[in-house]
Amino acid sequence: MRIVDLATADQDFIAEVEARSHQNLRTCYQCGNCTAGCPYTFVYDHSVSQVMRLIQLGQRDAVLQCKSIWLCGSCQSCTTRCPNRIDVAKVMDVCRHMAREQGYATEREVKLFADAFLRSVERHGRAFELGLMADYVLHSGRVFTDADLAPKALARRKLPFRPHTVVGRDQIERIFQRFRKGGAHV
Amino acid sequence: MSKVAYYPGCSGQGTSLEYDRSTRAVCAAVGLELVDVPDWSCCGSSPAHTVNHVLSAALSARNLDLAHSLGLDVVATPCPSCLTNLRNAALEMEDEAFRDTVNALLDRPCAGRVDPQSVLQVLVEQVGVDEVARRVTRPLTGLRVACYYGCIMNRPPERMRFDDHENPMAMDRLMEAAGAEVAPFPLKVECCGASFGVPRGDIVARLSGKLLDAARGLGVDAVVTACPLCQMNLDLRQSQINAALREHFRIPVFYYTQLLGLALDVPRSELGLDRLCVDPRLALGKIKAPAPVR
Ligand code: SF4
Ligand code: SF4
Repeated sequence: MRIVDLATADQDFIAEVEARSHQNLRTCYQCGNCTAGCPYTFVYDHSVSQVMRLIQLGQRDAVLQCKSIWLCGSCQSCTTRCPNRIDVAKVMDVCRHMAREQGYATEREVKLFADAFLRSVERHGRAFELGLMADYVLHSGRVFTDADLAPKALARRKLPFRPHTVVGRDQIERIFQRFRKGGAHV
Repeated sequence: MSKVAYYPGCSGQGTSLEYDRSTRAVCAAVGLELVDVPDWSCCGSSPAHTVNHVLSAALSARNLDLAHSLGLDVVATPCPSCLTNLRNAALEMEDEAFRDTVNALLDRPCAGRVDPQSVLQVLVEQVGVDEVARRVTRPLTGLRVACYYGCIMNRPPERMRFDDHENPMAMDRLMEAAGAEVAPFPLKVECCGASFGVPRGDIVARLSGKLLDAARGLGVDAVVTACPLCQMNLDLRQSQINAALREHFRIPVFYYTQLLGLALDVPRSELGLDRLCVDPRLALGKIKAPAPVR
């Protein structure tokens, strides 16, 4: 179990999460509505209301190194049901952005899948499923991912063999390039 | 005749080709003209917004700009995930500073405004349930279904601005118009496990398994969806769910446009029923010999 040291609140961390999510996190009074509706609590290490509390307490490491922020499905239940109108799902998203930027990936496969997806979009302009699965398998080493489904999907022509390339795909490549120039790494 | 820009989304070209096809056929059958967004690109789906909101908005903004160039006010998409990204981008770009950062990533700044809506919304609001009902020639009498909207079609309500966020009814009403019996489905906005199928199949097995279990409990012949990801999790992955949970679900999962197409007597070849993984024949057999209405 991680010990939370309440004496060391990282004020910069609190301010950054607030600024990037445009949410006033101080209004969270820990009613637990977000957690009650969150379908992913069974795989979380900190429930979503605990994540909110840890942010309020300025616990940068505990938040950015938790698994929950990678496992949030962005289902918007928390945002929809928060009595204080906090966009909780956006806060989870922002924490994941910050974790990524600082090199954490406590759910490696989740990160690798997102990376493979975006590489596919950067390359073709659209997501190319077969290609991105191959890319994911290559990077994750999980050779048998969904191998059981492949025959079914292929028989129903659900996996085209060729990407649908966009005419203006260099425009999309440039979106990524400019984004990286701003210091981001995707 | 109503006319809207149409953004099919990537899955419509592969895993959910039958959704795109049946959507086009149904819209044509009810007199809704879809004009394809020229050279549209991927909206970034969930991976983009989990990486960065500016990147995500930029990928959507290129498409909003292309849609705007058609001179239409509404861009409709069948996919709730595309819808969320397009809507988020459109709303967030009302903020000037945000719009400038997004535009800085684009070759051509995103001009003008266009309102992203789901095809479901356009069907209900621009065509109307009564008009759809009027055009039904082969009612689905005898078929009992549960309508599953997925988590993000209507949530959060301030952003999606359509239907009810806890108990949406648009699809229910369309299915009733098509002559089906609709069971009240308490989990209609619960999450199916979203895009975790590949990296964390255990999550999808648990969450989608819960949905299938609830549907079975209602004694329905089929589940009806409006989301390519939900459909894939519930249908293509139903065998994985059965293996993981030691279950024996055999519940076909249709797109609402496939069933609507049947009722509107759209040619079967447009509906792609053969692309469903769980065999739909038993369910379709429940439909009483369809007597032409008129
Ligand atoms: S629902 Fe809102 S106020 Fe309640 S615990 Fe969650 S974030 Fe805090
Ligand atoms: S958006 Fe994420 S944190 Fe919020 S309820 Fe859904 S899965 Fe849980």
